[in-house]
Amino acid sequence: MIYAANSVPQHIGFGIIAALMIVGALRVVTSNNIIRAALWLVVVLAGAAAQYILLAAEFVAVTQVLVYIGAIMVLFLFGTMLTRAQIGYEKELNNKHRIIPGVVALMLAGILTYVLIDAYHASRLPKVDVVTTQQVSDAIFTTYLLPFWALSLVLTAAVIGAIVLARKD
Amino acid sequence: MLINEFLLLGAALFCIGVYGVLARKNGVMVLMSIELILNSVNINLLAFALKNGGDVAGHVFALYIIAIAAAEVGVGLAIVLLIYRNRRSIALDELSQMKG
Repeated sequence: MIYAANSVPQHIGFGIIAALMIVGALRVVTSNNIIRAALWLVVVLAGAAAQYILLAAEFVAVTQVLVYIGAIMVLFLFGTMLTRAQIGYEKELNNKHRIIPGVVALMLAGILTYVLIDAYHASRLPKVDVVTTQQVSDAIFTTYLLPFWALSLVLTAAVIGAIVLARKD
Repeated sequence: MLINEFLLLGAALFCIGVYGVLARKNGVMVLMSIELILNSVNINLLAFALKNGGDVAGHVFALYIIAIAAAEVGVGLAIVLLIYRNRRSIALDELSQMKG
């Protein structure tokens, strides 16, 4: 399957999904309700999965849905449930000073936008074959086997650490 | 498509995530903002993988980042839970015992 690099529907799809993701991300960082913020985060993560499909990365997109939307969001909702009494509007979610973070984020956005447009203004994505799951698994279990082992150890340590930390006694 | 479309989307998500980390007080909300940042990194990795002609390395490292994010959320929420159990609050600006 050839990834068609320059079709009009791709641009339209990208625009719609990107707008949804930006709005969702802004709601995640400004909403005064933890549950609503978590559900907006689901919108952003699902949009990211759609963008991965536009980027010809089908296995990463499926993993995104399984791990992020399936597992991490449940973890977040559990964390919310276990750490607070009331579900709903809360005004103690933000710091008192929100000007400085806004200035920092806007300056960062300006610098990144300038650098990216300066460096890649004419760079088009080439036509390539879609990267199949088989290619990804071949790479993981041959070239990148050592990072895979390290990652397995990190995950084991994280799971044991989380159990030890959250244990009651 | 231009590679810049994806890169600028990633940059926008990254900046929104940075704002969230700096502006939020609640520990769980800070972790959510970190998820935004990690996702923007993943979009960048996959965009460059496609630019290099379907390079598999970008996909592999995107998968590793997803796994690291899962571990990070697990440990992070355990820590937040512990803070809540000890102090009955997860407002991060009240954790000032280590201030000299």
